[in-house]
Amino acid sequence: MENEKLRQLISSWEPSVELIDGPQYLEVVVPSAQFRALAEKLRFDNQTQFDYMFNMTCVDWNDHFQTIYHLESTKLNHALVLKAKIADHNQPEVDTICDIWRTAELHEREVFDLFGVKFNQHPDLRRLLLTDEWVGHPLRKDYVDEVNMVLR
Amino acid sequence: MQAELISKEGTQEYFVNMGPQHPSTHGVLRLLLTLDGEIIRKVEPHIGYVHRSIEKMAEFDTYKQIVHLTDRLDYLSAHMNNEAVALLVENALQIEVSDRVKVIRTIMNELTRLGSHQLWWGVIGMDMGAITTFLYAFRDRELINDIMEETTGARLTMNYNTPGGLMFDLHHNFQKQVKDYLKFFKTKLPEYDQLLSGNVIFTERTKGVGKLSLADAISYGVTGPSGRASGFSCDVRKTQPYSAYDRVKFNEILMVEGDSFARYQSRVNEMWESISIIEQLIDNIPEGPIMAPMKAVVKLPKGEFYQRVETARGEFGVYVVSDGNKTPYRVKFRSPGFSNLSVLDHISRGHKIADLVAIMSTLDLVIPDIDR
Repeated sequence: MENEKLRQLISSWEPSVELIDGPQYLEVVVPSAQFRALAEKLRFDNQTQFDYMFNMTCVDWNDHFQTIYHLESTKLNHALVLKAKIADHNQPEVDTICDIWRTAELHEREVFDLFGVKFNQHPDLRRLLLTDEWVGHPLRKDYVDEVNMVLR
Repeated sequence: MQAELISKEGTQEYFVNMGPQHPSTHGVLRLLLTLDGEIIRKVEPHIGYVHRSIEKMAEFDTYKQIVHLTDRLDYLSAHMNNEAVALLVENALQIEVSDRVKVIRTIMNELTRLGSHQLWWGVIGMDMGAITTFLYAFRDRELINDIMEETTGARLTMNYNTPGGLMFDLHHNFQKQVKDYLKFFKTKLPEYDQLLSGNVIFTERTKGVGKLSLADAISYGVTGPSGRASGFSCDVRKTQPYSAYDRVKFNEILMVEGDSFARYQSRVNEMWESISIIEQLIDNIPEGPIMAPMKAVVKLPKGEFYQRVETARGEFGVYVVSDGNKTPYRVKFRSPGFSNLSVLDHISRGHKIADLVAIMSTLDLVIPDIDR
C-alpha cells in the first residue's frame, strides 16, 4: 500500500496520531496509551498485515521517551516506523507487544536494561546485557559514569 | 516448591549451565537449561559477557569513526557491517559513489561471505565431532584471508569501506588472485558435500531437528540463511538491492523444511551463489575514482535514517537519529544474531541436549554481534 493510503487509514483508526513523512519511511507517532491498540490493528488488519518487525529501539529525548518499531509487511511489501511517545520521563511505561511480534521479547528486555522503560505485561522483564546489580540505565542522556565515560 | 518442579511424568526438573565457556557456543554465551532428564524444557540465554556499549560509544564519535566500531560486532562479516554505515551516510547526504566502488564492494562482500560460511562449515563439523571439516575449512579460508590482507591490510577487521568510497584502490594483482582462488575453491566445494552433507551421522543429527516454521521465522525476525531455510524471502540483496547487486544474476536460496539440515544446506548452496556473483563481476571492474568528493567533517541532516544490508548471518541494520551535529544523537545496530538467538528457546524445546548443539551451530551465532 502507498504511504498516502496508509496515512488515511491510520488516521481514521486513531485520530491522535502524528504522521511524519521521513526521508525513508512513513513515521507514525502515537501516545503510549493508544499504542497497543494501534499495533494490534497494524499487525492483524488485512489491509496492513505488518508481520515482520525488523528493528526495535528507543530514543531518549530528555523530556520524554520514544520507543521505535520498524515494521514491514512481507505479504504487501510496505513498511513504516511506529513510535510510541512516552510522556513521563521519570517513570516511563508502555504496553508490551512481544506477543504480537515475538522478536520483541528480547528487544524489550534490552530497552528496559539500557533505558529503564517498563513494558507492561512483559512475561520476563529483567536486565539483559548488564549485570543485575547495575545502577542506572546507560543509554539515557543524563547517565553519568565518571570512570568509564570520556566526554568530548 | 519441590512439588512444582516435579513434572507430570514424575521426574524432577533440574538446571544446567551451558557456557559461558562452552566450546559449542563459540564465544561467551551462557544458556541456562531447564531439563527433564535429557530433554530440554526451556533455554534461557544470558548474554552481555562481551557487551562493549558500542551504541553509547557511537554517540560520541563522528560518522567516519563509527565505521571502525561496526567490524567489532560481527567480525566475520566485518566488510558488510562497514558498508552499512558507509551506505547510510551516502544515502543521507545523497552522494553517488562511482561504479568502481560499487563493484569492488560487492566482490569484497561476497569474499567475506564465502570466508564466513567456510568458517561456519568447519565449526559445525567440529561441533558434531568431526575434526576433519575444521581443517578443510581453514585451509580454504586462509587463502581468502590472504587476499583480504593484501588488499586491505587486515585479515579480520578490514575497515576498507568509508563514507564516500574506499580507503584505497585495489592492487594490480587482485583480479588474478581472486580468479585463481575461485578456480581452486570450485574443486574444493564439492568435497564439502562429500564430507558432511552426505554423512549419515550428520544428517541423522540434523534432519528434523529444530524445525522453524515460516510464520515463526517472520515473527521472531530470523533472517539470513537461517530464515531462508524456513522459506522466509528476506535477502536484502534481492529485496532492496544496494551496491552492484542489481546488476548480477543470482538465486535467493529458499527452502521449505526449516530444520537444521535445511539451514546447513542453504549456507552451502549460498557459497555457490557467492562464487557466481564474484565471477560475474571480477572481469568487469569499471574504471573510476575510489572516493566521491566529501567534506572533511560529515554532518547528517536532521532526521532519522535506516540502512539495511545482508551480512553472512542475516539482515544487519543501522538506525541513526541525527540532530544535525557531527556526532549522531542515537545509533542502534540491528544485529542479525540478536534476533536469531531469540528463537533458540522456541525451536529447541523437547529436543535433547545434543540436538541443542546442532541447532545452535546451524543458527550460526556470533556472540560479539549479539552483545554489541
